[in-house]
Amino acid sequence: MPHTIALAGNPNSGKTSIFNELTGSTQYVGNWPGVTVEKKEGYLKGDKRHVVVDLPGIYSLSPYTLEEVVTRDFLLDGKPDLIINVVDATNLERNLYLTTQLVETGIPVLIALNMMDVLERNGDIIQVQVLSEALGCPIIETSAVSRAGLKDLVKTAVHMVDKAEGSGKVAKFSTPVEKALLQIEHLIATLVPPDTLRWFTIKVFEHDEKVMQRLNLSDQAAHQIATIIESVEKSMDDSAESLITNDRYEYLTGITAACHKKARKMGTLSVSDKIDRVVTNRWLALPIFFAVMWGVYFIAIQSVGDLFIGWIEWFFGDLIGANIALGLEAIGTSAWLVGLVVDGIIAGVGSVLTFVPQMMILFFFLALMEDCGYMARVAFIMDRIFRKFGLSGKSFIPMLIGTGCSVPAIMASRTIENQRDRRMTVMLTPFIPCGAKLPVFALLVGAFFPNSAWIASSMYLVGILAVIVSGIVLKKTKAFAGDPAPFVMELPSYHMPRMKGVLIHMWDRGKQFIKKAGTIIAVASAAIWILQSSSWSLQLVDTQDSILASIGRLIAPIFTPLGFGSWEVAVATITGLLAKETIVATFGIVLGLGNVAEGDPTLLASVGAFFNPISAYSFMIFTLFAAPCAAAIGATRREMQSAKWTWAAILFQTGVAYTAALVVYQVGMLLFGRGL
Amino acid sequence: MNLGEARPGEMVTVRKVGGEGATMRRIMDMGITKGCKVIVRKVAPLGDPIEITVRGYELSLRKSEASNILVEA
Repeated sequence: MPHTIALAGNPNSGKTSIFNELTGSTQYVGNWPGVTVEKKEGYLKGDKRHVVVDLPGIYSLSPYTLEEVVTRDFLLDGKPDLIINVVDATNLERNLYLTTQLVETGIPVLIALNMMDVLERNGDIIQVQVLSEALGCPIIETSAVSRAGLKDLVKTAVHMVDKAEGSGKVAKFSTPVEKALLQIEHLIATLVPPDTLRWFTIKVFEHDEKVMQRLNLSDQAAHQIATIIESVEKSMDDSAESLITNDRYEYLTGITAACHKKARKMGTLSVSDKIDRVVTNRWLALPIFFAVMWGVYFIAIQSVGDLFIGWIEWFFGDLIGANIALGLEAIGTSAWLVGLVVDGIIAGVGSVLTFVPQMMILFFFLALMEDCGYMARVAFIMDRIFRKFGLSGKSFIPMLIGTGCSVPAIMASRTIENQRDRRMTVMLTPFIPCGAKLPVFALLVGAFFPNSAWIASSMYLVGILAVIVSGIVLKKTKAFAGDPAPFVMELPSYHMPRMKGVLIHMWDRGKQFIKKAGTIIAVASAAIWILQSSSWSLQLVDTQDSILASIGRLIAPIFTPLGFGSWEVAVATITGLLAKETIVATFGIVLGLGNVAEGDPTLLASVGAFFNPISAYSFMIFTLFAAPCAAAIGATRREMQSAKWTWAAILFQTGVAYTAALVVYQVGMLLFGRGL
Repeated sequence: MNLGEARPGEMVTVRKVGGEGATMRRIMDMGITKGCKVIVRKVAPLGDPIEITVRGYELSLRKSEASNILVEA
């Protein structure tokens, strides 16, 4: 069995860069069991005896956030042999606050004192030897950017694991607190492993509910403990949790005062502060923010991204599709198999993969914004607006990306820390009209409202309105109720983004999507193709006699109250699950026009038979809100980490779609129906 | 007074962190503890949240959370 080394540290401490450097290409990204918190693992470079587990970036081991609970559980139950604690040297006190808690778990701790290059540039000095002795932990000075100290770090880590040595010195609290801790220690000593006794004792003193449940104390012991804590709280006039936190920082202030010299006085401006004076300035912040967003959007979705789309369509359609068709025909493959492979699977997967370049570019910029420190400012600037309807300041980014494609948008919600906010963002992002819905709108606007440009734009307005109203309404439901998550967020110093980390991040996200296209979407494409081109007796038939058509006829009455109860439209709503732009193609196919574009005049004329202007608008509304395409549902499933939540999202979206379309059609007919 | 009432540019000393549960703990975990000095940097463009300097780094929090932190000039 390989030894386990856990990598722990504050967010923004450079932990991820160190992880990337330590593990090289062996890393695996997944989720912690049952929760959407990223779990990364990898072997030490060229060393299969040591696995490095990258724990979530956290500030403390409190029981209140998912990330912290995941970390605690892993440290106590996963029994790592060593913790490498990445400490940001430029932010010593707050980083060491976590260190003191890690040491209490009884697991040996090795400190990687990171960002030493930045510290030196600032003119600050840390006497590492003094610090190391005070904490009782070996310290290696590192810089993940210049890779300084990383070899030493690995060597020391391996040495410590082999020797199984070196737990650090635990923090000393004030005398009354220590007295109480000693009393509690006696009461629980038999219940926990001796190494972890200090940690459990402190947690019990802090009234940590998760730990209390775990220990399952007898009533008598619980009562005794309550009395001990109460007497200290009374005499010190403060809560136990607050006493521990204060004393811990007090202890650290003592240590850092002895070994840390700052060149800059408190209150003077660093380079980062100077950047922030402009970037989060009262008047400039919003214009700069919108300019940045526009720039990202323009490059990823419009200019560069769009260029790639043409190439990929050409690649899958003209190159791969056409040549495989020729090849299969040449070797005498039956027509239906050629159809299945070329028109079904290759076309389906190709239509989804067309979004890959846009997504990669988007993920690149997102990772860049995250890494350089701007993402935190986005939350700072936008929080006021978004928290009004139950979302986070960071929800803006998924919403913006959603205008391009819901899939990367849903995946971008990862940057939202709070689970409730994240779930709601995932649920509501598909309401923003994505690029694939535009051809559908264009078709119907072309057929019914050729002179009203505002009809298509109104979809954006309706989408945004739906996000706001849904946010306000959902916040009142049990699943999303409760106090807003605390918004106490670090604004990390700006720094130059590390290209390698940014690229790894981009590739991780992109890879997930490509994998999905290769599996789920390939199967779904094949299934829908079979449904729309064969009859119940599995004969190859035209679409109007297909299985899909008979399903369409069956479900069409459901849509009658919405104004579009014909089987052709019902079929289009089903194929729309594959990809929204397929709706246009489906109209083309069921009308016997073949694969036509949304502007085709015959298509425009024929579609007129299914709708009147009001039911056309009602259909647009339905398409806007209804369950997104297969790829977006897949992304939802991944981000929700729960089948229940995924279904809830799909049902909610479809419910909103049905209701909104129903209201539009019924009210519309009542008001304007006479003239039609 | 509480931290939410302090003006940008003002340096204050924390007297007590009130509130409860997750929010209070988070505030203290981030280093806002009794006796430490805090500088209010600025207010976000839309009036909330605020940005402060504490223990040598920048932190943002909402005014509603800042109002749980009692400070004196």
